[in-house]
Amino acid sequence: MKNLSFSYYPGCSQSGSAEEYGLSCEALCKALEIELIEIPDWNCCGASSAHMTDDFLSVALPARNLAIAKERGLDILVACAACYSRMRIAQQRLLEDEELAMNVERTIGMNPRFDGSIRHLLDVIVNDVGLANMKKWKRNDLSGIRAVPYYGCLLVRPREICALGSTENPTELDELLRFAGVEVIDWSYKTDCCGGRLSLSRSDIVHRLVSELFSRAKEAGANSIVTACPMCASNLEMRQSPSRLRFSIVHEMPVFYFTELLGIALGLSGSLGWLKRHIISPVPLLRSAGIGIS
Amino acid sequence: MGTEIFERIREKTGENVSLCYSCRKCSSGCPVAFAMDIFPHEVMGLISLGEERRLLESSTIWLCAACETCCLRCPNGIDIAGVMDGLRQIAIASNAKPSESEIESFHRAFLLGIEEFGRTNEPVLIGIYKALTRRLIDDLHLGSIMLLRRKIKLVPKFVRDRKSIAKIFRDSGWRFRRESKN
Repeated sequence: MKNLSFSYYPGCSQSGSAEEYGLSCEALCKALEIELIEIPDWNCCGASSAHMTDDFLSVALPARNLAIAKERGLDILVACAACYSRMRIAQQRLLEDEELAMNVERTIGMNPRFDGSIRHLLDVIVNDVGLANMKKWKRNDLSGIRAVPYYGCLLVRPREICALGSTENPTELDELLRFAGVEVIDWSYKTDCCGGRLSLSRSDIVHRLVSELFSRAKEAGANSIVTACPMCASNLEMRQSPSRLRFSIVHEMPVFYFTELLGIALGLSGSLGWLKRHIISPVPLLRSAGIGIS
Repeated sequence: MGTEIFERIREKTGENVSLCYSCRKCSSGCPVAFAMDIFPHEVMGLISLGEERRLLESSTIWLCAACETCCLRCPNGIDIAGVMDGLRQIAIASNAKPSESEIESFHRAFLLGIEEFGRTNEPVLIGIYKALTRRLIDDLHLGSIMLLRRKIKLVPKFVRDRKSIAKIFRDSGWRFRRESKN
């Protein structure tokens, strides 16, 4: 197996509401011998709000991280789907538009023309580490969990920066879950939008989109949903139950990060700590499936 | 087609919206179209017709979730989400009153947080957002659950080199702070 070493861009949510994602990512990378060297003094990528309101800001904010990473010379590993999207788009624009690159360089005082690869963790685990290579580390079988794999938008769109093998029907998460012993339920909503950052300002829209996703997941026979994006996970967990009698359906389906399930399959310690942070506790489901967590 | 808004969008985003032939694939796939006042394919037409005011005052440009489903579906390869970004940026620059003021306040709160700390801290974001929108009691039950589960970290994270962050904001000519909005 290759020696894998990356400049790591954690993203802001990992030290906030997606802390369990951050913890499970780091534990998993350690177990899989993926070396993560955090980009020193990294800043927020700007997420949606930057590109939605100011073009220069949307490139310059990620550019500072690219410039710092450029000095170390390693490829960049990103865990958050939105950060991945912003970093890749910024990279592409800086490499294609020299005038923009010069303006950004003048502002940040560093060369932002990062020409290495920017990778998402799901892609690295499935394609670089390889599921076959991980067999020797598997400790727990996760049968009893029937999950729909939910990729969301930003890992696969726009097509030019798709992190995975397919924009319309990606399968990396499906394969990873199957490896862990999860019964992967096929469904048509893998890359449908959860509503993203409209969660606070238009929670009615997010409720509707999330409610639809859960109805479909339930219809397909799933007892859980697995994501690779902190924003999706947040919306799926927090906007599931209706507020103020808006919908009549109440869902209580637990939501996992793929790193958590893989971590449990590999028997990593500390998994209970990740799971306790969920709004909808997945512990009852795991216990009823007879899966040991430590 | 030569209208002013058409040329401005073309210059800003590189997109030639006259390529649109109203097949409606974008609007059919848009997850938030149900809440919009103007559909995405209609936005393309209105740009070509020069209906700048209607566009800048629409809720559509604010509701766009940037999911890029439209871009993927468009048979003419128009970056519709990019056009939405362009229209929204023009709306902000023109001081047009945003039809979705809470969404605009959300962006303002988010970016103010980055300008101060260099990183996004959820309590800061939520605090500024609630102060700007005066939606103080929304989601209180959710907020308390998040606090109990230690999902909200009360000590903010920040970048050491905040001078460079401030310079990024200054050089972008970021408008939210500079205008006096009422």
